[in-house]
Amino acid sequence: MIAELGHAALWLAAALAGLQVVFALLRGQAGAAALPAIRAIAGAQALLALLAFAALLHLFWVTDLSVALVATHSHGDKLPFYKLAAAWGNHEGSMLLWVLLLSGFGALMARFARALEPAVMRGALGMQGALALGFYAFLLLSSNPFARLDPPALEGRGLNPLLQDPGLVFHPPTLYVGYVGLSVAFSLAIGAMLGGRVDAALARAMRPWVLLSWTFLTAGILGGSYWAYYELGWGGYWFWDPVENASLLPWLAATALLHSVSVLAAREALRAWTMALALIGFAMSMLGTFLVRSGLLTSVHAFAVDPERGTFILVLMALYVGGALALFGARIAQVREGAPFAPASREGALVANNLLLSVILALVLFGTFYPLVAEAFGASISVGPPYFNLVAGPLALLLVALLFVGPLLSWKRQFRPLSKGAALAGCGALAMLVATIALGWSMSLLERLGLALGAGLVIASLVPLLTRKPWRAPAPVWGMVLAHLGVGLLTVGIASESAFTKERLAIVQPGDQASVGPWLVEFRAAVPVAGPNWTAIEADLLASRGAGAARLAPQQRLFNQPATSTSESALLTRWDGQLYATVGQGSAAEGWQLRLWWKPFVTFIWAGGLLIALGGLVSLVGRIVRALREARPARASARYREQRSW
Amino acid sequence: MVARYLPLAVGLLVFAFIGWRLADPSDQPDISSRLVGAPAPDLTLAPMLADRPGVTGLATGEPHLVNLFGSWCNPCIAEAPLLDALAARGVPITGIAVRDEPQAVTRFLEEHGDPFAVIGSDPQSEAVFALGATGVPETFLVDAEGVIRAHVQGPLAPGDVDRLAAAWEALR
Repeated sequence: MIAELGHAALWLAAALAGLQVVFALLRGQAGAAALPAIRAIAGAQALLALLAFAALLHLFWVTDLSVALVATHSHGDKLPFYKLAAAWGNHEGSMLLWVLLLSGFGALMARFARALEPAVMRGALGMQGALALGFYAFLLLSSNPFARLDPPALEGRGLNPLLQDPGLVFHPPTLYVGYVGLSVAFSLAIGAMLGGRVDAALARAMRPWVLLSWTFLTAGILGGSYWAYYELGWGGYWFWDPVENASLLPWLAATALLHSVSVLAAREALRAWTMALALIGFAMSMLGTFLVRSGLLTSVHAFAVDPERGTFILVLMALYVGGALALFGARIAQVREGAPFAPASREGALVANNLLLSVILALVLFGTFYPLVAEAFGASISVGPPYFNLVAGPLALLLVALLFVGPLLSWKRQFRPLSKGAALAGCGALAMLVATIALGWSMSLLERLGLALGAGLVIASLVPLLTRKPWRAPAPVWGMVLAHLGVGLLTVGIASESAFTKERLAIVQPGDQASVGPWLVEFRAAVPVAGPNWTAIEADLLASRGAGAARLAPQQRLFNQPATSTSESALLTRWDGQLYATVGQGSAAEGWQLRLWWKPFVTFIWAGGLLIALGGLVSLVGRIVRALREARPARASARYREQRSW
Repeated sequence: MVARYLPLAVGLLVFAFIGWRLADPSDQPDISSRLVGAPAPDLTLAPMLADRPGVTGLATGEPHLVNLFGSWCNPCIAEAPLLDALAARGVPITGIAVRDEPQAVTRFLEEHGDPFAVIGSDPQSEAVFALGATGVPETFLVDAEGVIRAHVQGPLAPGDVDRLAAAWEALR
């Protein structure tokens, strides 16, 4: 019953989405009157999608094995926590989550994005409805999550043990909020181009949504990266895997959009560019989903290796993105030229930021697709870290260098002599550069520059706070400072991890010691342990560095459903780095494989990433609070006017 | 004027490309064995059964199939009808019974068909290693001079029958 209820809710939601599009297409008198109806429909549609998703959660919670999706992706013995997560740990469920978010963002946009022309709003909500309709169709016609299994399965077929991790519970939804949040910017851009109003009001309406999805994307990518780092047991945090790239591409577009939308909001410049980025951002989100779903670029993530579904999404995307870009081509000429500005201005710096981000985006996109291109011509090739690090690294460092001065420039034209702050930051970078050379540390040029520029940026990022009283600075400035500080720390962390990581592989018997970097690790015993649905061999390690010792317990874990072994790494976190240990195969007679890494300042990567996301959050909350504060008197005066008209 | 439609052109190009690759994926696993083209080892194996000879060299002067099997091996039961079909087309098949007993082999052949012209016994898996096989069953097409021309790892698939028969026909 519950499955049928969810299925029915999905059909109804699809019908409402269709209605939303039809209403948005009305013109003239009827069109003007349709907006309240469209808003209401958007809300109802989101509630129905929520009902469908709740039904799916319920089916997974009670492990209803008469539902095919539950039988293939869950198991009666699984912990309750992971039973729920299994609902979106598969193709159909994750697409349902996607469409829930799409309709949810539509409803939120209908409710909160109000300060826009009715024609713009109608176009935007119509587009959001059209997006939702396409993905409802995809779910209902080619991947119904509620399909029954007759006869029911006796027991479920479990879940990839790698995915039985708290990370899975939060990672996909976080990333999806980011992906799908960009649909709002996409729809608003479409609405604005249809309504012929690309202006500062649009940019101000668009900004919170971009901030929101950018913050979630950042957090999602960071979470996924940390998950891969501790769960895969390879000691790496970024592999330039196609699916990682699929999340990075929309992030790069969103980062560029976030900066160009500020220019549009403040100076009414970069109109066409901002519209293009808004379209590209969500196009990249869909491309990311498509890459993952179609299995076109095979990887661990491609759990639906199914060209038919791939074709469906491809046609959807071609319609949406092709239609949007055609509209862009047809309408953008009518958009007025933006306000002029000098190259050495805040706008100029933001244009440079946008160009660099766009070039990185294009290069990453090219690298991700290149194996496919090569394969089309009969060559088999894989594009890995050497390519990406080589092309993205220098450009990213250029961006970091740009951050020394960009935020300190003022709008329009004034070219003030470089402030003391920027000079101080430059000195910091130079000092770091000299130090790395003087101390004779051997590292690549990219790593050396990364350390120097990252350290300089840590100083430079704080300058905007120092030129005024920090507590007086508006929240968006705080947000910017935190995010840029995060970029600085991240750069230092990446360079340091790359340059200084020490690795040690040893075969050990109880009582043996192995050293890695400054650490001395004693292997005390290999102990069998059992969990709720797994058994493991756990290494009992005692790590010491000078005084004091800490215990680490990496495991070689064997899941019984399905029978798979995973390596559970153990991490010892200190402010200046992480000690990373995994234990491999072994026996009492032959000894145990112990793998140790000391990763100096890898902590800066995590702290930096968190600060970047926190910066987005602070800025978002600040803007929302300000919007609420501004809205209150406006609403009061509106009420006053209403009373007067009586 | 044209520049405005540049994003559209690039976008459509990307989609067309993806669509093309999706319609014609050339990434189908086409893993050819490195043994193809290599000379088969000069095996001499004792007869497994009293009613037919064992193996005396694989360069027999005419192309033939060499099939590694075992009465204990379930996938061998699965591929037995396909070997029968090949034998029915006149393809001579050399059987190599791996780690097996005469009574068990006799029973296996009675139950699942008997396509083999000769059957050699490989009690210690020495022939498996000499051939470079990874396990049982595996099938090799060996030409008149004893050079391996085709290699199927694991049980034969229905499509292999026509392929192997045609390849054998071409070698005659």
